[in-house]
Amino acid sequence: MSSLILRTTLRLILPILLLYSVFLFFRGHNHVGGGFTGGLVAGAGFALYALAYRVSDLKQLIKIEPQTLLSVGLLISLVAGLIPVLGNKNFLSGEWITISMPRFGDIALGTPLLFELGVYLVVVGATLTILMNLMEE
Amino acid sequence: MTLLPLLPILIPLGTAIVSLLLRGRKNAMRRIGVAGTVLLLMAAIALLVVVRRDGIQVVQVGGWVAPFGISIVVDLFSAIMVLMAAIMGFLVCIYSLGDIDKDREKFGYYPFYHFLLMGICGTFITGDIFNLYVWFEVMLLSSFILLTLGGERGQMEGAIKYVSLNLLSSSIFLAALGLLYGVSGTLNMADLAVRLHSDVPQVLATTVAMLFMVAFGIKAALFPLFFWLPASYHTPPVAVTAIFSGLLTKVGVYSLVRVFTLLFTQEISYTHTILLVFAGLTMVTGVLGAVAQNEIRRLLSFHIISQIGYLLMGLGIYTTLALTGVIFFMVHVIFAKSALFLVSGIAGRMKGTFDLNQLGGLYRDHPVLSALFLIAALSLAGLPPFSGFFAKLILVEAGMASHRWWIVGVALGTGFLTLFSMTKIWTMAFWKPKPQDAPAEVCRRVGWTYWTPLLILVVFTVLFGLGAQPLLALSEEAARQLMDPQKYIHSVLGAL
Repeated sequence: MSSLILRTTLRLILPILLLYSVFLFFRGHNHVGGGFTGGLVAGAGFALYALAYRVSDLKQLIKIEPQTLLSVGLLISLVAGLIPVLGNKNFLSGEWITISMPRFGDIALGTPLLFELGVYLVVVGATLTILMNLMEE
Repeated sequence: MTLLPLLPILIPLGTAIVSLLLRGRKNAMRRIGVAGTVLLLMAAIALLVVVRRDGIQVVQVGGWVAPFGISIVVDLFSAIMVLMAAIMGFLVCIYSLGDIDKDREKFGYYPFYHFLLMGICGTFITGDIFNLYVWFEVMLLSSFILLTLGGERGQMEGAIKYVSLNLLSSSIFLAALGLLYGVSGTLNMADLAVRLHSDVPQVLATTVAMLFMVAFGIKAALFPLFFWLPASYHTPPVAVTAIFSGLLTKVGVYSLVRVFTLLFTQEISYTHTILLVFAGLTMVTGVLGAVAQNEIRRLLSFHIISQIGYLLMGLGIYTTLALTGVIFFMVHVIFAKSALFLVSGIAGRMKGTFDLNQLGGLYRDHPVLSALFLIAALSLAGLPPFSGFFAKLILVEAGMASHRWWIVGVALGTGFLTLFSMTKIWTMAFWKPKPQDAPAEVCRRVGWTYWTPLLILVVFTVLFGLGAQPLLALSEEAARQLMDPQKYIHSVLGAL
């Protein structure tokens, strides 16, 4: 399908969708949202791209193979679970560090965020894998 | 060591991730695959040693205390099952090196093999019933993929039956979980054990128990819910069938044993009698189904079912001796059954067919293979001095001690029919001269990756027959733990 209307809107919508997915990802820490939803929204954005252009264009856009995204995501989540073990806590416990940044103040970074990042990548990777396989038929 | 009880999940997960990252590099994937199972084996041995020395191991994941978070609980029964999964994982992985073709390897056989092991180990060590459901799903999804990988016509047909029946079972399981949570307000198994015996009305507990029996019964291939098994197990490569037959139905049995010793012991005369009746029917229908088959793998698939009957017979009798028998039988049947599947795989690879009518002359051409088959087959039928003899002896003794004569009769009769159908394979595939219309022999020899796992399995079944005492002592210890749920409950909730 190559529709001029879709392509033009895509130019506007794709950046917004991707930004929104990042927003959802960070918001998920204390509110509704998170890596899973964020990843799905990003995946939806890429799906739209593949509809407006071709799957091969999407592959060029992303450059990384989706399966790699998926496995790196799994690895990140596993590592996030293992970090607290080094500090003699139970697997998957929360471990936090505080970083002071000028202008932003103190930011508490924890393993749950890392874990969610892994989830985000797994979801994006899985969505893209399914998408590319289905649309290449 | 707060990590040790979790290692049976983490090692396969790590292995799967690394082999996913290395996909496309065939040799690296194979090496990682084997290395992962070796690590798992070491962790499982360490876990069994620790659990036997220090008692039940509990980890509260994420540091959330017991009834609120997810607990990982490893008692002796779990540790034994994890070790069995690790041993089978290792042996079948070696067998896979030769048996799995390039295409299947390329499409991720090894990563999903390890995801499957992760799911299996997860079900064995979790102490939370919803988490059990999640591990079931992990295991089933991986098994769906392993079953259909390769995409042959027969595989697809088998997979449709397998997938739909298992989805049905999962939804019943989920519904039962919802009801259980509704009546008790908790999902932690130790906490459930306390509340189901105090707060919850007996009739509700028994109703939910029946739902669990159906859900796990489908996975364990219990009568009359077994028909998906012989319809699908003979379709994938033998390596996949071997790991499925060795572990998947046993996961169903494990779950039944777990919930019917820990949670649903309110009305033993009702629930466990039903289990016993179905156990008897499972034995008989399984073995009668087997007698009618002419394809080795299908025949062996029916035997899986009849052996499941024996396992549930012990649970139905529900005494310490009977549960000792269940655990001993579990170890025995995993080894003996998988050995038989590997024999069928080697025979099929050499002769290019699995059909008993077309097979023949194996005894003359391959005496070693015949000897290995005979040992495994006699062990499965329950002849001394192999492990099957003692496994059945304990169960029969337990049945007689509790005066359930009819189930003893059924068990012995099934043993006889098992021997009969093993003789059928023996005469048709091994003794009979090669038939005229047999397909041309594919290859005369197969490599060490085929022989080693088979040899180790057969050695185990002989060892546990000649020297049954250590395993018997271990099984008895594990059975005592199962019969005394207070210990389990105390180790999980004791910290409160």
